[in-house]
Amino acid sequence: MKGRTINPGHAEGEAIVSREPIGFYGGIDPKTGIVIEKGHELEGQNVKGKVLVFPCGKGSTVGSYVIYGLKANGVGPAAIVNKETETIVAAGVILADIPCVDGIDIEHIKTGEHLKVDAANGTVEKK
Amino acid sequence: MYLTNEEEGIIEGEQGEVPARMFRLLVRLGDIYGADRMIPVGSVQVAGVSYKSIGDPGTEFLEDMAAKGAKVKVLTYLNPAGMDLEDWKTLGFPEDFAAKQLRIMDAFKKMDIIITATCTPYLAGNLPRFREHIAWSESSAVSFSNSVIGARTNREGGPSALAAAILGRTPDYGLHIDENRKPDMVIEVEAGLEYNADFGALGYYVGKQVKNKIPYFTGIGDANTDHLKALGAAMAASGAVALYHAEGLTPEAHLMDTQGLEVIPVTDNEIKETYAKLNTGTDPDIVILGCPHASLREIAALAKEVEGKSLKKPVWICTSRVMKEAANRMGFTDTIERAGGNVVADTCMVVSPIERMGFETTGVNTGKGANYLPGFCRQNVVFRNIHELVRRVTE
Repeated sequence: MKGRTINPGHAEGEAIVSREPIGFYGGIDPKTGIVIEKGHELEGQNVKGKVLVFPCGKGSTVGSYVIYGLKANGVGPAAIVNKETETIVAAGVILADIPCVDGIDIEHIKTGEHLKVDAANGTVEKK
Repeated sequence: MYLTNEEEGIIEGEQGEVPARMFRLLVRLGDIYGADRMIPVGSVQVAGVSYKSIGDPGTEFLEDMAAKGAKVKVLTYLNPAGMDLEDWKTLGFPEDFAAKQLRIMDAFKKMDIIITATCTPYLAGNLPRFREHIAWSESSAVSFSNSVIGARTNREGGPSALAAAILGRTPDYGLHIDENRKPDMVIEVEAGLEYNADFGALGYYVGKQVKNKIPYFTGIGDANTDHLKALGAAMAASGAVALYHAEGLTPEAHLMDTQGLEVIPVTDNEIKETYAKLNTGTDPDIVILGCPHASLREIAALAKEVEGKSLKKPVWICTSRVMKEAANRMGFTDTIERAGGNVVADTCMVVSPIERMGFETTGVNTGKGANYLPGFCRQNVVFRNIHELVRRVTE
């Protein structure tokens, strides 16, 4: 699958897929990487070391700092794959230097699949 | 996007690691929004200042930037902090919170950012001119500068505003471009508007209707900058309105063509219904005015309301440090304090930890505050004009 580079870098890992948007501020605990938003489809799951796949970000712009905090605390996702990256996630992945690609048909990705992300070329491969 | 030789050099790290990283951020945001070049900005206002908002991740990020020697290139102000930076102890702000907040302010100061923390920078020494490109964050300040002053800014997030300050540039898209400043609908106001709170109720209602579109108001008649500040703030909070025009009142209104646009009428009924909807409590534990930060005129009005009275509940009016200095000199602060109230600077109810300070119901005269307090601060809200609020805590 070919998309657009948001932040370059290579990563491989297990996919964790959310069909709904993710609000990082108040949605994911930057100390543990666990999704804490009540009622979110990923509530209770950990994003650490995974390829985090979701349509787009939502909520407070402070979410960018939460993405930075996840990486700084060693519990960040290995890469982020979006349908459409908006400013909150874009700012977060660039500040945190997490590989990120958007413009991907994420409906074709399932949780648990092994993904290889080459963000500089904007590609996501299933392995 | 077209980049100059100098800009290419910044990306390659000629000015250091921090400018390179922050410029990559601006270029990427520009790509996402279809900008074809960078433009210089005259001033910046950075959001993400309160420890309550940014927490440890934000604090550590800012300290890291300051430690790496990041400096801003243009006049840069801050959004409100989580507490009064001088009187926090007297006002009962928690010690652990204060320690973190002071670390954040220190990091900003090291980057040469003016640590005047306010959502009304235009009342505190950061006043853009008509058509000047700026990069501001706080939604009511964005609305006021775009609409009432006619400056040009998108609504920046904390990191993109900081990047704009460090580079002195922003990508050219959105409200920086003439074509994108045209109205989408006409709001025909047939309601009587007297208090700032009435303008807040109007703004709350219209924001819900138009979401992130550009409304063009007719029928407002006369309004001062406090009224327009309250109107814009409420629309930015209940919707995401970053620019509005008002016939005969705002500087670009006469340039706009409203032929054929959808017309939404607003009567006294809608205003009344909005008050009913936003009132979720009856007896306030505290009354907080000054959202957005009070002008000197608003502080004077409170002083007049409470003069010689004894307030049974805390009454705060939030403002910038600059306005508070003027209020001190005029004796307004003294009058308010003698009645039992406080003039609180640098912070606001939305970003301060009032839910940790024992308050459950807050009285406000602002559509914006009424919009945010239930979620951000778990408060019941009493939304009334200044006169009725003061009456409730004196009788």
